Amino acid sequence: MSTHDHDHGECRKLLKDLSDYVDGDLDEMLCVEIERHMDECDNCRVVVDTLRKTVLLYHDLPAEPMPAEVEARLFRCLDLEAFVGVS
Amino acid sequence: MAGLTIDLNIYGDEAALIDALLMGDKHACACMVKQHGSQMYAVALRIMGDADEAEEVVQDAFISACGKMTSFEGRSKLSTWLYRITTNAALMRLRKRRDDTVSLDEPQTTDEGDLLPRQLGDWTIDPSRQALSQELRQVLEAAVETLPPSLRAAFILRDIQGLSTQEAAEALDITESALKVRLHRARLALRERLAGYLADQPQEIAV
Repeated sequence: MSTHDHDHGECRKLLKDLSDYVDGDLDEMLCVEIERHMDECDNCRVVVDTLRKTVLLYHDLPAEPMPAEVEARLFRCLDLEAFVGVS
Repeated sequence: MAGLTIDLNIYGDEAALIDALLMGDKHACACMVKQHGSQMYAVALRIMGDADEAEEVVQDAFISACGKMTSFEGRSKLSTWLYRITTNAALMRLRKRRDDTVSLDEPQTTDEGDLLPRQLGDWTIDPSRQALSQELRQVLEAAVETLPPSLRAAFILRDIQGLSTQEAAEALDITESALKVRLHRARLALRERLAGYLADQPQEIAV
């Protein structure tokens, strides 16, 4: 987004809208503007593609489950042990 | 270790569970903890980056939630309210952990230079077709830990836990537009971090 043969300022202007763009939350006119810009700007095309991949990678990131002993201590500290059974 | 069990079907729906919670029903409280404990632990673990501290955060959060159910006004989902309490507990603990002179807020700057993408190599990875390797999972988790806490919390709630923009904003007690700004900054920062690992031919361009 820095070494361009076109208006460098346009990359900066569009940058703030790229998250809304990859989320599909952007106004249609701005989407057209970004897509037209990406046709001419390979750097911005890469940024949009890798930003989208960043979001997708984290969507698939599994959470570490709460260990059984941590859960047991949680119920104990809340004085709720009497309400749960043990499998 | 054996797991704990509880019948979560006693309360027909969330409204019935909330009614019971508001009446001080401890069984309802146990159901709430069983139902939402793992999600809150996941958030606490990612914000704190430490299992022991995450456990303390979740304990603090549920002690607080069970003790002040009457402050739940029912305008948001129960989970959103719990995310709010848990996130607050985690961020408060981070404030205590850190030197008071270090701000936990996003960097205040009038220069947008820190947001400008510098890593411009393409990534061949296709997240929609490839399972995450253990190594990549670790890279992803480590990258999140490098974010300033306020950006980290926004990103974890919205992009990892999958809350809507409105829910994540409610959980953080900020406007939706503020949430979007934090989320965007977090994503851009993470993209930079991950490029070092994922870019085919990393190219760093000075701006």
